[in-house]
Amino acid sequence: MPPPAANLDLTFQALADPTRRGMVERLAQGPASVSELAQPFAMSLPAIVQHLAVLEAGGLVRSEKVGRVRTCRIEPAALSLAERWIDQRRAEWERRFDRLGDHLKQHPQGEPK
Amino acid sequence: MTDLTATAQRSVSHGVFTIERTYPSVTPRRVFDAFATEAGKDAWFSGPDDRWDIVEREFDFRVGGRESLKGKWKTGMVTHFQATYWDIVPGERIVYAYSMHLDDRMISVSLATFEFKPAGSGAKLVMTEQGAFLDGYDDNGSRERGSRELIDKLSVYLEG
Repeated sequence: MPPPAANLDLTFQALADPTRRGMVERLAQGPASVSELAQPFAMSLPAIVQHLAVLEAGGLVRSEKVGRVRTCRIEPAALSLAERWIDQRRAEWERRFDRLGDHLKQHPQGEPK
Repeated sequence: MTDLTATAQRSVSHGVFTIERTYPSVTPRRVFDAFATEAGKDAWFSGPDDRWDIVEREFDFRVGGRESLKGKWKTGMVTHFQATYWDIVPGERIVYAYSMHLDDRMISVSLATFEFKPAGSGAKLVMTEQGAFLDGYDDNGSRERGSRELIDKLSVYLEG
């Protein structure tokens, strides 16, 4: 089953800025911390974090904080076809198993008659 | 599509993934039953009701039996799941092979293994899928959906 369609408005909006396009190009080479990402730009860290939020809202980049370091990477949509494919199939099953969990919670003893 | 472009787009990716879920307060047998009965499986293994209509359903849960679920999405896209059961150990394990079609294209053929295990007072479900994913559907599919969405938006804009 297909995933919910990405919000294209937000994606295009995210790419409509040269700084953000630069950040995407940098991340296409590999994951980076926020400060590494900020390095080539003459900009404050908070400004970079704001740009990052726009990229995340547009589904282009995701970030994860481990300890004090936030690491950014390109969204799975930008991964290789095979990886995207398998990610998508896996996501389908995750959604189904969420529904299964809800169903089991409602009917723990057996199927409703 | 001409034969030439069909050939150019032909590809196979092989993938394996495992998903583990723990469902507290139910027995492994209870989880198994949600796979083994049509009512149980329909409760969770289907498209979202508001965006999807079932056009074909077949459910024959026994070794050698077949299952089929074909649905039409509000977008017009048709998805078709077809499985054959190869191994059933009541309350413990199910193995089936299945194919997925998106409209007229076969997009994957996979082997799915489900194991139902006790976990404390609940049950653990372990699913492993080993698949051959065909002809780069993912890219074509998302591009197609993207285009459809753009066209929909354009229509709303032009008509509004």
